[in-house]
Amino acid sequence: MKLKKGIPLIDQGNKLGFWGGKFGGNFVPETLKKPIEDLEILFNKLKRDKKFIKERDKYFKNWIGTPTRFIKLENLTKHVGGAQIWSKVVSDANGGAHKIYNATVHCLLAKRSGKKIICGDTGAGYAGKMLSMAAKKFGLKCKIFMGVKDIERQQPNVKAIKKNGAEVVPVYSGSQTLVDAVSECMRFWVANCDTTAMCVGSTVGPAVFVRICGWSTSQISRELKVQLINEFGSIPKKLKLYNCVGGGSSSFGFWNEFMDLNKKQCEFIGVEAGGPAKSKKHAAPLTYGSKIGILHGAAQYVNQDSDGQIEETESISAGLDYPGISPLHCFLKDTRRARYTAASDEEALSAYKLVTKFENLRPSLEPSHAFFVALKEAKRLSKDTIVVVNSCGDAYKDRGILEKRLGKKYVKSN
Amino acid sequence: MSNPISIAFKKAKEENRPALLTYTVAGDSTKKQSLNILKSISKNADILEIGFPHNTPVADGSQIQTSAYRAIKNGIKLNDIFKIVKDFRKLVKDKPIILMGYYNMIFQYGENNFLNKCKASGINGLIVVDLPWPENKVFAKKCKKKSIYFIQLLSPTTTNKRLKEIIQNSHSMNYFISMLSTTGGKLKVSPNEILKKYRKIKKLNPKKDIVIGFGITEKTIKKLKSADGLVVGSTICKEITRSLKSGQNPVTNVDRLVKKLKNKIK
Repeated sequence: MKLKKGIPLIDQGNKLGFWGGKFGGNFVPETLKKPIEDLEILFNKLKRDKKFIKERDKYFKNWIGTPTRFIKLENLTKHVGGAQIWSKVVSDANGGAHKIYNATVHCLLAKRSGKKIICGDTGAGYAGKMLSMAAKKFGLKCKIFMGVKDIERQQPNVKAIKKNGAEVVPVYSGSQTLVDAVSECMRFWVANCDTTAMCVGSTVGPAVFVRICGWSTSQISRELKVQLINEFGSIPKKLKLYNCVGGGSSSFGFWNEFMDLNKKQCEFIGVEAGGPAKSKKHAAPLTYGSKIGILHGAAQYVNQDSDGQIEETESISAGLDYPGISPLHCFLKDTRRARYTAASDEEALSAYKLVTKFENLRPSLEPSHAFFVALKEAKRLSKDTIVVVNSCGDAYKDRGILEKRLGKKYVKSN
Repeated sequence: MSNPISIAFKKAKEENRPALLTYTVAGDSTKKQSLNILKSISKNADILEIGFPHNTPVADGSQIQTSAYRAIKNGIKLNDIFKIVKDFRKLVKDKPIILMGYYNMIFQYGENNFLNKCKASGINGLIVVDLPWPENKVFAKKCKKKSIYFIQLLSPTTTNKRLKEIIQNSHSMNYFISMLSTTGGKLKVSPNEILKKYRKIKKLNPKKDIVIGFGITEKTIKKLKSADGLVVGSTICKEITRSLKSGQNPVTNVDRLVKKLKNKIK
């Protein structure tokens, strides 16, 4: 299994949509074959269409707000005393997280295909919030599927979705989290694919959804590349890019432009959700060596039992609380281009405390996982190493959890 | 030797009626009960579809999901399902059995291992919801080698080109999904429209047996009786749920329901 240079990773799958011959694919009910094929044709055409790219860039610039900041975390760098610690503040984007890129592109595609309704899944509520924003902007009716457990723990985003005029469909089945929301959303699409477009909220699902999402979030690394060159004159010789990984959309987007660089120059570190320190449950299929299986239409490493039943996950962070992982990341793991590790709930909270103590930045619980590992490793790295953490979400949505776990002061003071 | 599935269609045709296919979830609500249900309904059903329950079913509506979760909660494993079929086979030798489920469970069991077990337990056909054409090419061939029918699914969204290709490569039986829906949805197109599409598919190769499924209930079954076969699933799962809720015996209730369904298409 090998990565090819000079070809975008999203286009390195084979004819049936498998990366490395075994990750991804289209394990879907017959009914979805045609809508997926239609979407593939449309996407393959539009991603080469200069007018479409121009339109995308216009909305990215004027509506989402590009580029998001690239800042040095001076105080943390001093405190840690090792590598230089920087952050790409993707939470600057309209809506407060990277999910806006994928949502915008899906709405643009839906418009082109003449669909009037768009449905989507959400865990942390960001994918849902952004899709509802984009749907409103582009005049589409919007339905968001969300597990009941997530509705409870991510209220600020639920409110935002409703405010944007979208319908929130509570999902009661299974573990009542993201995995069930994706299933229910796919079921809705099976029954309504003639009138409705579907947006999968991460780089998961049938191959075309993995590709569209990866293509959309790659905006992050396009910006970062320019910013790095502006700041350092060229891409630093020792660069480490830390990102949390749930489904894998923000990390893929954060890394994509640097894919062809030698990993000694630019290392990718993906941080999965290890769950509560005392629990055996986790959302870290790559770190803990889960077996390959099929979830939501794609072959991937996934938490499952010996019979192939998908296992329940546990994480403080709703956005990472998913038993599977993007086929792109499975491919990056097996080709050893990226390294994956996990941080526990408690470790993420401690990193959140540290970052907010020293910096005027408040990463949500998802990137707090990445911050934990980055800060831990930065200590041992040389001063000329550039560590960049993607702060891909804002902690506003986590107010309730942060107040409960850390006390009021961590919510108020920020 | 013909596959018992083909014999069942032939027999139904001789009686001038469609074959009745029932779908129940293995282990719903217990292993013993699901075996008893199979035993009792086999008097009236021509072909038994048995679902192996999965916990992230992307094509099933709430009725079948409820049955599946119930069975999984009661600890059903694939090996138990093979055992149920084997036990059933000891009592009823010639009733065709089709296993239906999601690919990950076959994948984890190992395709070859799974098919060997199917063969040994007396399973005659397989439906894999999320392994469409052409992804199923290799697996379907393996099935054929074991004289197990791999049943292809066809849907209202299947293009003409695909229809031709799938039918051409299909084994003896195919399954036409009546409408855009998960299982158990209300019939949102008229039976006439469904039959029109059905006949179009049938014309591609009249020798292939084609069953219609999704949205078939006591109310709708009669209107579709010109098909080769009709599948009733969610209605049965719903009856099991209802019986359990009201403290009644699901076995006798489901038996009665299947008898009624059969009478409607006689």
